[in-house]
Amino acid sequence: MAYLARRLVLAVPVLFGVTLIAFLLIHLLPGDPAQVMLFGSNPTPDQISNLRNQLGLDHPLWWQYVHYIGQVLHGDLGVSYLTQNTVAHELLSRAPSTLTLTGASMLVAVLIGVPLGFLAGVRPGSLVDRAARAVSFLGVSVPYFWLALVLVLVFSVNLHLLPAIDDGTPQALILPAFSLGWGYAAILTRLIRGRVIEEYRQDYVKSARARGCSRPRILFRHAARNSIIPAVTTLGLQFGNILTGAAVTEVIFGRSGLGSFLAQSITSKNIPVVQGAVVVIGAGYILINLLVDVVVGAIDPRTRLASETA
Amino acid sequence: MTASQSRLRAWPLAVLAVLAGLVLLAAPGLIAHGDPTATTDAVLQGPSSAHWFGTDQLGRDVFGRVVHGARPVLAAGFLGVALATLAGVTLGLLGGFAPKFVSSLVMRLVDVLLALPVLLIALLVMSILGTGVISIAIAVCIAFTPGYARVISSSVRRLRSAEYVQASRVFGSGGVRTALRHLVPNLATEVVVLVSSGIGWAVLTATTLSFLGLGVQLPAPDWGSDLAAGATYLSTAWWLSTFPGLAITVTILLANFVGDYLATLLDPRGDARFRPRSLLLPGLAASRRIARRPARAGQADPRPAAPDSAAGAADTREPAASAPAGKEQP
Repeated sequence: MAYLARRLVLAVPVLFGVTLIAFLLIHLLPGDPAQVMLFGSNPTPDQISNLRNQLGLDHPLWWQYVHYIGQVLHGDLGVSYLTQNTVAHELLSRAPSTLTLTGASMLVAVLIGVPLGFLAGVRPGSLVDRAARAVSFLGVSVPYFWLALVLVLVFSVNLHLLPAIDDGTPQALILPAFSLGWGYAAILTRLIRGRVIEEYRQDYVKSARARGCSRPRILFRHAARNSIIPAVTTLGLQFGNILTGAAVTEVIFGRSGLGSFLAQSITSKNIPVVQGAVVVIGAGYILINLLVDVVVGAIDPRTRLASETA
Repeated sequence: MTASQSRLRAWPLAVLAVLAGLVLLAAPGLIAHGDPTATTDAVLQGPSSAHWFGTDQLGRDVFGRVVHGARPVLAAGFLGVALATLAGVTLGLLGGFAPKFVSSLVMRLVDVLLALPVLLIALLVMSILGTGVISIAIAVCIAFTPGYARVISSSVRRLRSAEYVQASRVFGSGGVRTALRHLVPNLATEVVVLVSSGIGWAVLTATTLSFLGLGVQLPAPDWGSDLAAGATYLSTAWWLSTFPGLAITVTILLANFVGDYLATLLDPRGDARFRPRSLLLPGLAASRRIARRPARAGQADPRPAAPDSAAGAADTREPAASAPAGKEQP
């Protein structure tokens, strides 16, 4: 519990830093902040002066920041002046689609990467190991968006097996999830393979062998637990990259999600959305890594002890 | 012969890859003559002897566009990694060696940057600076800096108790002098490995951003935007996006290969007999000798699968373990 509290306390300044960046964005842009926020909506002078009041632009900067934090804490992330919807609504309505895609690709990554990593690590140099190494080298090197196009070419255009464009069916999720998950499967395979090899050299494995444990029992009862930790940590830290990947994948497969929406809002200079997204996604990243810390703490008591004595 | 030894024997490929990259960056006209934006009447023709990679919907030669499209991608990738190295080493030194107040401030800043995905960083940079190669390079730099800073600061913390560092302080050197004269040279190996293994990832990031329309704008050639533009014609003209994609893949493969090569070359645990004698990096011979000191034997593997993933994993979360990310065993 103390471990969790410590982690929570550490997360607070980071959260403030993220909101500070989002807040400062409108002041870093050239021009009047109110006009920047209203870009693309042909604002009337009335609208601009209203927004100036609302943002408190006549007050000192620190007052504006405190005011902004207050709004964020009430769930008010501003209004997208292109659609007149609240930013919170714009982001939340697109989140499920993106979460489904990232969840499915993580499932692909875990289902391929974890078994392959263990099989390769248990017998280094074997046929499985060589195959795993080739697969993971390719997985790290082949860009996921190109893999997506090749998969569409083969499975949709030539074989007509799976839909190329999102039509709401579960089958439409297969190609995007596979193309996005593949690279992470490769990373997991490399990580777990290296870790299993390392763990098998440890004394506790030797003593377990000496006590007459079978190889599978050593793997599942002893080595697996230690080998899985870096994989969990890495997946948490990869959250940001996965989201970026999801943006590209959404564009390719015509899915309307958070990622493709954010890419569009850069080109249309939709500043309130950019601001809101920085806060929401930054907070999401911190939350996910808090969860990862809790999970790792549960798997590995050493982490809890290390952070308490540190 | 182990995997690492066979890798070191392949040095001609590594040299060739570096040379090819330099030619594409400096003088793409040597390989593909003509203007990559010139339109002709020969639209959407498949690969032939006249147009090796076919032509696009405006009759432009895809081969020419792929050759010329390398420059923005490589420039953004190299520049981004170079800037990130500079910023990462500076922040890492501050985070590991500066007084407590400064170092904890720096490490919190690194944590904040780490919480922002590349897409959001790009969002912020592009809203302020607009789209283009420089913006992509800056986005890559900001995205890579926190990971580098973490790896460097954890190495600095390990080195800071070394006797030669203590001795330098005892003899009256200030913190800055000690850092520049004694810490930086000993970080050289690690920095080379970080940079070389980061290039592939940087190229991927740069093409991802230009795929989303945040880089060089059409009609200028660029692998990412050409790939995106060709995706519309996937069912009728497969060559439009296949060849830029292949170029990206080959580049990342070669970059990863060169990265692994340098990492093996500089690996303090590797077998010295199979290391070419400072063939590529004569200046690093000295730092390598220091790197082979037994004190560093248990260090975390400085080759992250991605700069901000394994780096963080090895740094804060599992102090008891060494993370062999992507490590090739004999």
